[in-house]
Parts: sequence; C-alpha cells; structure tokens
Amino acid sequence: MPTITLIEFNGTSHAIEAETGKSLMQNAIDNGVPGIDADCGGACACGTCHCFVEAAWLPATGSADAMEEAMLGMRPDRTELSRLSCQISVSDELDGMVVHLPEYQM
Amino acid sequence: MNQAVGLPDALTMPLAQIDVSDPRLLEQDAWRPYFARLRAEDPVHFLDGSAFGPFWSITLFEDIVAVESDTGTFSSAPTILIGDLTDDLPVDMFIAMDPPKHDVQRRAVQPVVAPQNLAAMEVLIRARVVDILDGLPLGERFDWVEQVSINLTTQMLSTLFDFPFEERRKLTYWSDLATGSPEMVGGDISEEERLTGLTDCLQTFTRIWHERKGREAGFDMISLLQRDTNTADIVDRPMEYLGNLMLLIVGGNDTTRNSATGGVLALNQNPAEYDKLRANPGLIPGMVSEIIRWQTPLAHMRRTATRDVEFRGRQIRKGDKVVLWYLSGNRDESVIEHADQFIIDRKNPRHHISFGFGIHRCMGNRLAEMQLRILWEEIMRRFQRVEVVGEPERVRSNFVRGYKTLPVRLHPL
Ligand code: HEM
Ligand code: FES
Repeated sequence: MPTITLIEFNGTSHAIEAETGKSLMQNAIDNGVPGIDADCGGACACGTCHCFVEAAWLPATGSADAMEEAMLGMRPDRTELSRLSCQISVSDELDGMVVHLPEYQM
Repeated sequence: MNQAVGLPDALTMPLAQIDVSDPRLLEQDAWRPYFARLRAEDPVHFLDGSAFGPFWSITLFEDIVAVESDTGTFSSAPTILIGDLTDDLPVDMFIAMDPPKHDVQRRAVQPVVAPQNLAAMEVLIRARVVDILDGLPLGERFDWVEQVSINLTTQMLSTLFDFPFEERRKLTYWSDLATGSPEMVGGDISEEERLTGLTDCLQTFTRIWHERKGREAGFDMISLLQRDTNTADIVDRPMEYLGNLMLLIVGGNDTTRNSATGGVLALNQNPAEYDKLRANPGLIPGMVSEIIRWQTPLAHMRRTATRDVEFRGRQIRKGDKVVLWYLSGNRDESVIEHADQFIIDRKNPRHHISFGFGIHRCMGNRLAEMQLRILWEEIMRRFQRVEVVGEPERVRSNFVRGYKTLPVRLHPL
C-alpha cells in the first residue's frame, strides 16, 4: 500500500495508506480527508476534486486527457501542478507522493 | 398535490406520445409518473412532434452526464432551451456557446463568484437576510414567495451588480421576461413585452457601464467585466453584453428564489425532516444540497447534435434536439437512493444533477448554496416553524420549476 500525503490549505497534513487501483479522490474520501467535494463522484465532470501535485511527482501521475483539461480550464486557481484527483489512479509508483489541496473547490 | 387536469394518463398512454415538454406538467406538479415511465421503459426517448418540434429526452442521471461530457457531439449552441430562439433579439450567452469561445467568456466572469469573493460578501448577505426576516409579520398569513424569496434574491442581484437599490425590482422583472416566453418554454409572456423589457434592460446597463467606467475598481460584475481584457469592450457588442447580463440575472434569480420557496414546502411536507433540523441545525449545509436536488429549479437544458451518433442504441441525427432532464436525473433510483424522498441528512447530498455537469456546470453553485445556507441559519434562529397554510401556485413552464405564491404563517421561537 503506497503512502500518500495530502496537505489541506490550512496546512493540516494527512498521510494515508492508499489502495492501489482506486483513484486518489476515492482514497482521500475513504480516509475522511476534508477539502475534496467530488460532486460528480469521479466522472471528471464537476472539477470539485481539484488538487496540486508536488512537481517531482507530477510525471508519475500521468497526464490530463482532453476532458480533464477542459474541466481544469474552468478553475480560477489552476496552476501547472493542477490535476483532478479522480483522474489519478493510485499505483505503487506513487508511494511517498505529496499533494496539496486548494483553498476552495468550485 | 394537485390532480392533473386535461393531461393524458401517464401509465396507459402510448409511450411514443409522452410529451414531457408540456408546460402543464410542472404547473400542475404532475410530472413524476411521466418521467418514471420514461426512465423505466424508454430512457432515451424520441418524441416525433411537440409544440417545440421533435426532440430526444435523456432521463437517466448517468446518461445526462455522458451527453454533457461530449461537447463536441452535443453542442450548447444555438440555445439551451427546448424551444428555438426567436429572431428578434438574438442574445449571445456563454451558456449557449461551445469551446473555445465559451471558456474565454466564462473565465472572465467566474472569479466574481469564486468562494474567496463570496466569503467577503457573507456579512452583507447575512445583514440583508436578517433585515428581511425581522420585517416579517408573526402569526398571520402572508406570501413567502413575494416577501422572502423574491426579496432576498433581488437584493442579492443588486449587490452583485451594484445596481441602484431602489430600482432592484426591475432585475426580477427582466429575469421573468427572459425565461417566460411561450415559444421557448411554454410560458405566458408575450414577445412584445419581452422585447420592450429586454431593450430597457440593455439601455439601463449600458448607462451603468458608462457611468462606472474609469471609476475606482469595484468588485461588482460590471467592474470585473470592464477590467478583464477579454470583456473590456463587451459593451460595444450589445447582444453579447445583454446575453451575459441575462445569464447572470436569470442564473442568480429564478433558481435561488425557487429553492428558497421549495425548502419551506419540502420541510412542511416532511415534518419528520423538519424535526431533525430543529434538533440539529448543523444539518443545514447538507440540507441545502438536498433542497436544491429535490426542487431541481431548472428542469432541463438542451443540446443539439452536431453529427449522426448512436447513443445507448438509439440513432440520433445531426441537428436533433437532445434534452437533458435534470428533474428526472435527480429521481433516478440507480444513482440516488430513495430519490423521491426528501432526506436532509443524506450521506452524499452533493451528488445531485441540479447544477448540471461538465464545462457548463453552474458557475454560481457556491453562491446559491451560501445564500440558502444563510437563509436557513437565520430562519432557525427566529422561528419555531414556517408553516405552509395553503396550496402553492406553480409557474407554467417546462424549464423553470418554480412557484408564484406560497401562503405561510410564522411561529416564533
Ligand atoms: C440553486 C440555484 C441554481 C441552480 C439549480 C442552477 C442551475 C444551473 C444549470 C442547470 C446550469 C447549466 C448547466 C449545464 O448546461 O450543464 C447553470 C449554468 C449557469 N449558472 Fe446556475 N444555477 C443556480 C444558481 C446560479 C447563480 C446564483 C448564478 C449566479 C452567478 C448562476 C449562474 C450560472 C451561469 C453563469 C451558468 C452558465 C455556465 C456555463 O455555461 O458555463 N447560477 N446553472
Ligand atoms: S470528482 Fe468530479 S471531476 Fe473529479
């Protein structure tokens, strides 16, 4: 089980034992990490599971497809580290990854 | 609940003839069995002819999400209502555009309603809610729609636009005009009245634009449009300017207004839920999502097929109207447990389809939630009960699911 650290906007850090094969969003929800709403339930259709992946880990998360790009494009606080956590599939390669959560979801 | 008048029997009529665009379905609150039958027997339904021409109905939650996610095949242009645009006033709104134009315009105005800005507005909004509630009569019958729902959303709009406060009722009137024509949604506002009103709207806002230009930068919608390079000259494109204004006025008006009424009705129809709320006002944020689901203030959005496409085994042709029935998606038992019930402490209350999904997903969703949250926080501080004392009168439309009146009586704590 890879360990992934999610850091809330207020600095609170959550190290979770993530389940491989599930999305990062689902893992965060299952572990009660606040700061992700996931209104669409992982369909890449709401943008409320936005997160910032630390640069060193970004390549290992894969790349955003056209739909994710489109949804990210609607975020005022988007940066080059932005991903939708429902589109990141957790694998052993992500062991140690650090992810920051945004100030708000919308 | 009203008995359906002059409508065919949903359970026995031929499936192919079910017409969910009939505005009487919402007016008489008679829509449930028609959509239930479509979901069960023909979830991607084609109606050959209606007052609005032939159209497809998408009735399942996940099918609606799938259509909204494929903007290349299912375009939001030329309009997102079942009825076609009338030619007299071709207003240009980003809700009815596709990428990339949609994205550029939405990005320009979206920061106004980002939660950071909203937090700054919360104090002002709360003060206005408190004023409204403290001015209400206790123990006597009055109309909740007029005195609370309309009053509240109109004040909100005038705040967002920094619109002259004394003239704020005009905003509500313009919103009604924009959503009420018979050609577009089966409503009862004449084309002439609509044109006159919308022209007045454009002239008023053009005047405001020029008055405000060059002043110290504010955080209202107009100032933000002026400051963004993409929209700084939007006033020179009147139909686009009017379109964006109408979008923000309608988006922020009818929807929140009818949720503010729908919540009172839902709690009165479900007294056990009202008891839960009294026992634990901490349930308000989740309840707000449930009210928005239960009410589904906008019954549908429409897309238009840009090519021939097979969808769930049905052959949709280029140019066909494809109508996404949020009202039905929100009652889809395969996604939402006990979907017909109003339950204020659902496990996953945000998972509803009232705001749509995909790139057009409601831009004002956090604003709407905040307004309703504050409203209920302040109601619970004052009133033991907002009692419904008569039948609501409902709006005749296939688009806006709303109320004209709701008689209530207040019981103080
Ligand atoms: C309970 C209240 C509300 C409901 C149910 C609601 C519902 C919707 C729906 C269904 C859509 C279209 C989604 C789609 O086509 O996929 C939408 C879009 C939109 N709404 Fe709302 N809305 C609400 C409140 C607001 C408020 C308060 C505003 C004010 C800022 C607003 C502004 C907009 C705008 C600008 C769009 C167009 C977004 C786009 O095309 O990208 N809405 N809304
Ligand atoms: S959960 Fe909706 S986009 Fe990720």
